[in-house]
Amino acid sequence: MDAFLVGLIAATLRVATPLIYGTLGELFCERSGVLNLGIEGTLFLGAFTGFAAAYLSGSLWIGMLAAILAGALSGWLMSLLAVRLGVNQHVSGLGITLLWTGFSLFGFRLIFGEPKINPTVQAFQPLSPFGDTPMLGPIFNQHILTYAALAIVPLVWWIMYRTKFGLNFRAVGENPEAADAAGLNVYAIRTQALMIGGALMGIGGAFLSLAQLGSFTFGIVAGRGWVCIALIIFADWQAGRVLWGALLFGGVAALQLRLQTLGLKLPYELFLALPYLVTILALVVAGRNVSAPAYLLKAYRRE
Amino acid sequence: MLNLKIERQPAPVWLRTLIPVAAALATFVLTSVLLVLARADPLQAYYHFLISPLSSQVSALEVLVKSTPLMLTGAAAAFAFSTGYYNIGGEGQLYAGAVAGAWLGIVLKGVSPAIGIPLMILGGFIAGMLWALLPALLKVRLNVDEVVTTLLLNSVILFIVSFLLNGVWRDPVSQWPQSPEITMGTVFFKLVPRSRLHLGFIIALMVLAVMWFILNHSALGLRMRAVGQGKEAARFAGIDVNRTTLIAALVSGGIAGLAGVGEVAGIHFHLIDSISDGLGYSGVIVATLGGLNPVGVGLSALFIGLIQTGAQSVSRAMNVPVYLGQIVQATLLLVTLALLFLQNYRVSRRR
Repeated sequence: MDAFLVGLIAATLRVATPLIYGTLGELFCERSGVLNLGIEGTLFLGAFTGFAAAYLSGSLWIGMLAAILAGALSGWLMSLLAVRLGVNQHVSGLGITLLWTGFSLFGFRLIFGEPKINPTVQAFQPLSPFGDTPMLGPIFNQHILTYAALAIVPLVWWIMYRTKFGLNFRAVGENPEAADAAGLNVYAIRTQALMIGGALMGIGGAFLSLAQLGSFTFGIVAGRGWVCIALIIFADWQAGRVLWGALLFGGVAALQLRLQTLGLKLPYELFLALPYLVTILALVVAGRNVSAPAYLLKAYRRE
Repeated sequence: MLNLKIERQPAPVWLRTLIPVAAALATFVLTSVLLVLARADPLQAYYHFLISPLSSQVSALEVLVKSTPLMLTGAAAAFAFSTGYYNIGGEGQLYAGAVAGAWLGIVLKGVSPAIGIPLMILGGFIAGMLWALLPALLKVRLNVDEVVTTLLLNSVILFIVSFLLNGVWRDPVSQWPQSPEITMGTVFFKLVPRSRLHLGFIIALMVLAVMWFILNHSALGLRMRAVGQGKEAARFAGIDVNRTTLIAALVSGGIAGLAGVGEVAGIHFHLIDSISDGLGYSGVIVATLGGLNPVGVGLSALFIGLIQTGAQSVSRAMNVPVYLGQIVQATLLLVTLALLFLQNYRVSRRR
């Protein structure tokens, strides 16, 4: 039973990692007033560019850097449309998702052709700071990106609530007119938020290809971006609660995998669908989502 | 230093009509970079993309086949968007229709087409409506954002489809995850012999015609457009905003469900988990490119259908990855969005 529990916790942390990066990235976007539905495509782009750059250069860190840059670029493109031009955020976000999905698939075919065996890189090795200590040892046998994810949650909270930088993000999301009157450049701040958010999404995508799989597959993201969109609401736009939401989602997914390997004849699809249904339920309970940034979805135009 | 100023001023009508052309040209210039990377001559590639699908009857019909579900998912999105209800759940509602079609195709064994086909159409519409019901109710009763709930339900129905295809409907002989073949009486008949063009195309055209009538010549359409332009003002004018939104959302879901039934009954004759592969999301593009009006939706669905067929032709002839089609679609959407915005502004030199 102990082994089961330890395995479950370890798997939960692993599954939650890309969700933490993606959701925190989306948090930056939404706090500044932009719903970024480009997240699904940006995760995919991060997974692809990370893998391709690592494969071609032979260095995982160069791959990581490429994924971060690609993510920031994606955020910049979103800002060009949704912030500078102020076009519909739903449609431009979906368009960006479609663009990067197509781009990544196209790029993969161009570089790797149609290989019989998927090309691989030597993935990031897990680190185990606790060595062979019972319980803690096997639980904390994680990739460096997982530890970084756990560290980044308080960091984002600190940025959002304890720095001027974060105050600006929140101000342009809550009341851009007032922020503008106070001398803030609403366009520039929203652009920064989208680029930082995109970079975090890029890391989340690269975690999948460079740490979890060591390769790039067409189903690598599989709707995780939409899960992040849901987790934001679940977490009530608070950085701290993002962690709990991601762990809960990761826990259910990990439990499903464990039960399957134990040979339990359960409809595993039910378990996979459960977190989505729980999120909808959370939305119902939350009722009117009062904590959403007041200017979410509203473009700002300086008259 | 250039001293420019930007002012809000609508472009003249002749310029507006040029927007689709300008968007298409800009898209081809942007995507030709990728063609050069793929070591293909852009002009030759675009010949294969846009002209060669129309150069033979077989491939021209294939363009119509590809645009059939796009017309329906596009109409579904446009119908809801006109009312200010952002139904991004076309993908899930399409699957709901496809599941209903596959089920009816099994249980109606031995039915005559005169009964089977209407039941398929009705069943697909109702299934799409049902899958759209929860987000619509949550929106009007509790003001829960419909974008998130419809998106989430897209994922949920994929699990249901996977559950059905790996469980009760799995082929007992081949073990393939696909539902049993639908019975003869529920198959949509072909419009042109030896092609894949089926009844669904006529259904799609009829849906667009009905939608045009509702939006432009009915009290419901007037209410829908009023709600879409501003809920407060509509409420002030005595319109039941919730009721109007609910109707628009459900009809939108039903139309997307028809797309799913069409793919089962006209193309595949069974349910597979990749039966849509993004048709619902493409519907949002079609609706936007078509300016949310039925004629525009029809034309942009044909154009996207042409691009999808053309992508296969480029891929075959010049060994360019077929995913170029998806990139072209997305670029076209983003460029059009930008141009539609810019048409309302004019850049001039400051005096």
